Amino acid sequence: MNRYISLILYLLLAPFIGAFLDGIDRKITARMQGRKGPSIWQPFYDLYKLFSKQMIAVNSVQLLLNCSYLIFLAIAGGMVFFGTDILMSLFILSTADMFLILAASSDSSPFSNIGASREMMQMMSYEPMTLLIAVGFYLATGSFRVDEIIAQNSAAFWMMPGLFVGYILIMAIKLRKSPFDLSTSHHAHQEVVKGITTEMSGPTLAIMEIGEYYEKMLLLAVVALFFIHGEPWSWIIGILACLAVYFIEILIDNISARVNWRKLLDICWLITLLCGGINVLILMLI
Amino acid sequence: MYLIPALTLIPFIGAILIFLDSNSKRRGYVIYGTVALMMLCCFLLVGQWILQGAKPWHLYPQTGFIDLLMQVIEVFLMIFIVYKSFKHKKRWISLLAISQTVLTLWVEHSIPLVESTHTTVDSLALLMCILCSVVGGLIGVYSVGYMKSYHENHRGIIDRSNTFLALLFVFMAAMFGLVLSSNLIWMYFFWEVTSVISFLLIGYTQTDEAIDNSFKALWMNLLGGIGFAVAIWLCAMQNHSVQMQDIVSGGNTMIIGMLCLAGLTKSAQLPFSTWLFGAMVAPTPSSALLHSATMVKAGVYLLIRLAPALYGNLCGMVVAFIGGFTFITTSMMAIAQNDAKKVLAFSTISNLGLIVACAGIGVEQTVWAAIFLMIFHSVSKSMLFESVGATENSIGSRDIEHMHGLILRLPKLAYIMGIGIAGMYLAPFGMLISKWVALKAFVDSGNVLLVIFIAFGSASTMFYWTKWLGKLIAMHKPNTPDHDATRKDEYFSMGVLGVIMILLCLLFPLLAGFVVNPIVLSLFGATQDVLSMSELTTMVIMVCSVLLVPSMMFLITRMAPRDYVPTYMNGVNVGDNSHFIDSMGESKKLYLSNWYLRFEFGRRRLLRPSQIVAASVLIVTFAILLGGAIG
Amino acid sequence: MDRLKKSPWMLHYDASSCNGCDIEVLACTMPRFDLERFGIINTGNPFHADILLITGGVNHQSAQVVKQIYSQMPNPKVVVAVGICACSGGIFKDCYNIYGGVDTVIPVDVYVPGCAARPQSIIDGVLQAVELLEKKKEEAHHE
Repeated sequence: MNRYISLILYLLLAPFIGAFLDGIDRKITARMQGRKGPSIWQPFYDLYKLFSKQMIAVNSVQLLLNCSYLIFLAIAGGMVFFGTDILMSLFILSTADMFLILAASSDSSPFSNIGASREMMQMMSYEPMTLLIAVGFYLATGSFRVDEIIAQNSAAFWMMPGLFVGYILIMAIKLRKSPFDLSTSHHAHQEVVKGITTEMSGPTLAIMEIGEYYEKMLLLAVVALFFIHGEPWSWIIGILACLAVYFIEILIDNISARVNWRKLLDICWLITLLCGGINVLILMLI
Repeated sequence: MYLIPALTLIPFIGAILIFLDSNSKRRGYVIYGTVALMMLCCFLLVGQWILQGAKPWHLYPQTGFIDLLMQVIEVFLMIFIVYKSFKHKKRWISLLAISQTVLTLWVEHSIPLVESTHTTVDSLALLMCILCSVVGGLIGVYSVGYMKSYHENHRGIIDRSNTFLALLFVFMAAMFGLVLSSNLIWMYFFWEVTSVISFLLIGYTQTDEAIDNSFKALWMNLLGGIGFAVAIWLCAMQNHSVQMQDIVSGGNTMIIGMLCLAGLTKSAQLPFSTWLFGAMVAPTPSSALLHSATMVKAGVYLLIRLAPALYGNLCGMVVAFIGGFTFITTSMMAIAQNDAKKVLAFSTISNLGLIVACAGIGVEQTVWAAIFLMIFHSVSKSMLFESVGATENSIGSRDIEHMHGLILRLPKLAYIMGIGIAGMYLAPFGMLISKWVALKAFVDSGNVLLVIFIAFGSASTMFYWTKWLGKLIAMHKPNTPDHDATRKDEYFSMGVLGVIMILLCLLFPLLAGFVVNPIVLSLFGATQDVLSMSELTTMVIMVCSVLLVPSMMFLITRMAPRDYVPTYMNGVNVGDNSHFIDSMGESKKLYLSNWYLRFEFGRRRLLRPSQIVAASVLIVTFAILLGGAIG
Repeated sequence: MDRLKKSPWMLHYDASSCNGCDIEVLACTMPRFDLERFGIINTGNPFHADILLITGGVNHQSAQVVKQIYSQMPNPKVVVAVGICACSGGIFKDCYNIYGGVDTVIPVDVYVPGCAARPQSIIDGVLQAVELLEKKKEEAHHE
């Protein structure tokens, strides 16, 4: 019964909590830059506005692909909150991302095409780490299933610190945070206009944003998964850890400059190999 | 019992008719007839086997005449290779052919062998038969139309399509023989036949490149053949029997090592991968049939047969390492390719690598995954090859860059290609499920290297497929419409394969329960449910959602009113989305290209080092095995 | 319902400006003035933008570009002409190569004069434009 409640709560609340966190993010970012910053509810205003705009498009399939992106992100997140297989959920996550790439490629326009290529590069960079994290959970807890992972006696974090470090890194890519916001950025103005979202306007963009909020909640849920175990109080630690990691991401975002794709790939694969690979090796040996 | 000889004879007789008939229309009907008969015969065999209790059949203990016939053909093949290698000044290749043929003939005549059966019909063999007859048959149907278009587009090449088509069917006959044999000497015979046919098909166009590549394929396959011959010799010496099941139960590492060498060369694993991408010069049906769907699977088939004997020993570890290593390096090299057939070739090698790695680990779960990978790979790869071939005939190029916006130019082919690509890597289609099981099994077997290989390998796999898919889906109206030169029989073949692909994904749980589990059971004597039924059903629901969500969205979003505007090009779009005004005030064509990262992932950079690594691993292994055998 | 005005995204285009006004526009986004506290983001992409902010007078080369960018913005949208050149052509008004102000090519809603326009007046102009968004939306409904 619990799992159904959590699934429904996720599907209903994730966009709202995601948008709220986004608002906090923008406020903190502004303060870090010495600005006053927008209202905390700004993302809600943005979404409202986007939905009330005229529907313009460059082709007939972009909206359809964006909707598919949203639905698959919701499915991927729903799988985690429903307590099923985490590896499968991460696979679906990359399928969802592929729909976004297709939506950008379908424009056949220069900026979104560059954005799509860079998004693919980002995918290639974080994909090994996501697989290793799922493998790490399996080794640490004996199961890929989320409901069994959270029923353990001790937190998985103690078994997989290296993977946790790696996860913070790839989360920066997934949340489109600098230095890894190559394909599109939440910050105004960048060298490829708006990258993959260049040709998305009004409701189409809003759908993509909601998808991102679902994704954000999924990513934070995986952070919590590192900490939650059988004890009820571990849920509080899990939530605190999510907030801490989210703050670290905002900090990284504000103190680093964008890297090029080669550095992105090198950094990610190297850290995956060092932190992830060694962590997995140790887990296999003990 | 008459069905087994019928199964090999039907394609063979068909081949003779095709070869003799010069009328292309009548030849087409002969091919359709042969394919229909072949499939019918195959399904009758399967039906009969199931009705008789689905127990393994061991048949044909007395085969004096056929043995003699095979020896004559073997000698003939040897003479043929010697002739060819002298003609094209590659004399050293003849040494390979002579030595192995002489060795096997000597073994047959001088070492007394225990009387035993020559043919085994069990679930794995029948699965291979079904793959060969269905996929092979459909490719046969496809090639009728394809070869006509091919020669219309390649005027410079002498039309020998009757030879080509006949060879395809001889190959199918040999393939049935290969998978149904349980006796190594028989298997070796068919093995050699497939090598020689592959050689002939690669050299079909008779250009210098084609001849070079065909000889490369020949010597690598003959090297594997030598491994096979040595294995026969050792096996005959040791236990006076050349039965497959004796080798598996005997567990002599030297014999198994030699057979693994044969399997690795046939399935184009590193360091022998070069022959397979050289083979792409041949017309597409041969690439689809031999070099992705069936012949290279013969190597994998041999390794799966050996899998129980590979568990936990040196051979198994090395095979698994080479498979995993091939998987990651070739999937990286595929990124740098823009020729669609080359991408398919690299992807074939890398998927075969994954299957080989699974077989090398040699436990129930991995073999389960290996068999699934084999099924899905055969179907979707042959479909992809066919659609690439058809596209080449229509737009005159198989460069992925030239497939920009194929979805508007040749929509049917683009959809078929899309289904094939989605089947190759997207969650939750078959390939990915198998990869998932493989990953789990690798973790269970404690092989960290393979886990890392699979993690990085799937990332690069995703990269090259996604960028191809992105090219197909670009909604870009061409100025000049393309003429779809694809013929009806080609579409028939591709369409049926596409339907089979989707059905396989939807009927996944049934496939697992009725086909793959029994095979694992027969190989290991025990089976476990690798994935529980609930997991399998979840997957089917996922497959449905992947198919349903976009189509539902299509219906919903079609209603949404939209105003179309040109794409953003800093305001200098000419209006047709393909031209812009440059700083001189003139209109310029826009050209969009994918990333190929040739300097990072190119063949030039990666191939040589990875070949050296794989070759040195192999050499060290054989040194250890030899040391163990002597000492 | 006045939420529309809480999230206006703008696109800044330099038609033929001397960069004086451009620098002032950028100054608006800096911490001292911080346009984002009104929810305003400088997107640089017509597909996302609600406000088109143009500096400099329109010449032969930029006229087509201005028209095209304007056409790529989804309704409701407003145009702000920043600086005297964008308002009327300014000192270049009679030049052979200048059409004049932005309103010679597309309809302009708010004029922000000055050479260069001060950040305070730019922000003021943008906020006035924001008020118009809601009105335009309603007009579109009535039509």
